[in-house]
Amino acid sequence: MSLVENAPRHIPDRLRHPLQEKLVRWESLLLAVAVAIFILNSLASPYFLNAWNLSDATFNFTEKAMIAFAMALLIISGEIDLSVAAIIALASTAMGVAMEMGAGTPALVLVGLTTGLMCGAFNGALVTKLGLPSIVVTIGTMSLFRGISYIVLGDGAFRGYPSSFSWFGQGYVFWVISVELVIFAILAVVFGVLLHKTNFGRMVYAIGNNPTGALFSGVRVDRVKMTLFLLTGLMSGLAAVCLTSRLGSTRPSIASGMELEIVTMVVLGGVNILGGSGSIPGVVIAAFVMGLVTFGLGLLNVPGIVMSIFIGLLLIGVIALPRLWAMWRNNAR
Amino acid sequence: MNFTKLMTSVAVAAGLFAGPAAADDMRIALVVKALGIGFFEAAAEGAEEAAKEIGGVEIIYTGPTDTTAEGQIEVINSLIAQKVDAIAVSANDTDALVPTLKKAMQRGITVVSWDSGVAEDGRQAHLNPSSNALIGNMIIKLAADHLPDGGEVAVLSATTTSTNQNIWIDEMSKVMGNYGGIEVVSTVYGDDLADKSYREATGLMQSHPELDAIIAPTSVGIVAAAQAVADAGKIGQVNVTGLGLPSEMAGAIESGASKSFAIWNPIDLGYSATMLAHQLATEAATAEPGAEISIGRMGTITLDDTNAAAMADPFVYDASNIDDFKEIF
Repeated sequence: MSLVENAPRHIPDRLRHPLQEKLVRWESLLLAVAVAIFILNSLASPYFLNAWNLSDATFNFTEKAMIAFAMALLIISGEIDLSVAAIIALASTAMGVAMEMGAGTPALVLVGLTTGLMCGAFNGALVTKLGLPSIVVTIGTMSLFRGISYIVLGDGAFRGYPSSFSWFGQGYVFWVISVELVIFAILAVVFGVLLHKTNFGRMVYAIGNNPTGALFSGVRVDRVKMTLFLLTGLMSGLAAVCLTSRLGSTRPSIASGMELEIVTMVVLGGVNILGGSGSIPGVVIAAFVMGLVTFGLGLLNVPGIVMSIFIGLLLIGVIALPRLWAMWRNNAR
Repeated sequence: MNFTKLMTSVAVAAGLFAGPAAADDMRIALVVKALGIGFFEAAAEGAEEAAKEIGGVEIIYTGPTDTTAEGQIEVINSLIAQKVDAIAVSANDTDALVPTLKKAMQRGITVVSWDSGVAEDGRQAHLNPSSNALIGNMIIKLAADHLPDGGEVAVLSATTTSTNQNIWIDEMSKVMGNYGGIEVVSTVYGDDLADKSYREATGLMQSHPELDAIIAPTSVGIVAAAQAVADAGKIGQVNVTGLGLPSEMAGAIESGASKSFAIWNPIDLGYSATMLAHQLATEAATAEPGAEISIGRMGTITLDDTNAAAMADPFVYDASNIDDFKEIF
């Protein structure tokens, strides 16, 4: 016994070796998947490695990713917003109404963003003031927001947006770098800094891990959550501007089903669906993975049904892998 | 290990789908509203038939999983990337596809729409399955064909404000002179509701005991009318005809409540769209108002002021062919 007590004690300052930790990190794994998909795509189709084609492919994910960043923070904090696609529909409809009333491009953008913000405020108020579960609230507002669009538009459409408005969804900043891609990149940095480098970001993690603990540590839980709903609404408004500009028209069915693709992107990015953990770099890579997979399979004319099977398999595979890895390690010991 | 498994399946799938494509083949993409719909599967069959007839043409049959414009845009983007020669699309949205299809045309791809059209500046030509005049004529012809000695017919329409039905009935009235002895005794409205259409059809038979045929230019009305005739025990006396879907009308054809009805034939539509796309892509024809374009076995179409054309008379379905089509749509 005395031998053990006298032996120099080794207390690790971290649980795993830094290199090993980096290797098994979610983001590294996802990056490997992205690179593999990129290589497979270039081998499978002669059309893949072409600057313009790759540029076109980014439109598959840029709008979704804008919302996914805000959604990631929301999910980390333990909440969710399933009404985002419906917010796009309502914001787009509001822009259409404004356009009919003669609004110019700056006013249209303002209307889109404001509508998104207001929808976010509505969701946030229901969740934080009334204490309702966000999944139920946003399933409700999902029908509500889109319902309003259907009432306004019926089976009609708004068209004839000013030509300067098409810049957001169809414009290019430099060569093949589209406006949407630039917005995506800027937002990735902004949200990355917000989540990983600010007090606000720490609070988001704290709330997701233990809301009661966070509250008693002096975190204004409801205020943070409200901010996150507002951010998600604002990003949905921004996505509405880009999507409406890209389509050049508004129909009430715009962006239908997009909320699930966004949640898929967030979860694929390594954000724990139960809250508490996740990162923005993960979501960025996940956006590229989903964009590359859909575009690559599209080039091979794989039917969309098979494509969604692939996305599903990818999601399950990437989520199950760390769990399987842990089980295998435990068995090996 | 799961990772390798996943990657292997990706690689296998990639290998599977990267079929050999002869470089000199012309590639025509048939883009539909959504995959897995019988109507469009049949259209793809027609497209393949056209490709075989032309020779040296590869058909890419594709579309999104759901009937969304965004999904179709993703599909069209990947077709542009593949530099296909022509895109023939049945659009989920008249306007939303325009920017993407414009881009396709700028990159030298022939773009035509069929079935469900794209706004004029988003395509070179549009192929309608039929025209209002042809439909109006067809619905009365279907009734008259079985009434060589003339007789009383009644119309069971959708609502009083249904644009399509009103135009067709109007077109029908214009050609009534060609069908001597046929008299339209009444026009009633079932509002495209099964139960109301059924009651209206029953009412017609009561108020006109000599009624020989009911014309229903709506897929809801025609099924309800056939049911009403069967329930009234008037099969053989009153013939139900009009526009309907083979899958819904198979029972009525079998029982004899309906001798024949019409609707577009998706196989012909896919065939004609492919022919049209091929003609324009090879520059054998130009898309301009008044142009006459040959579409193989379906004859010739003439483009109107908006570069749109009607394919043909609606296709007639009866006991001889209903079994082939009832599974399709």
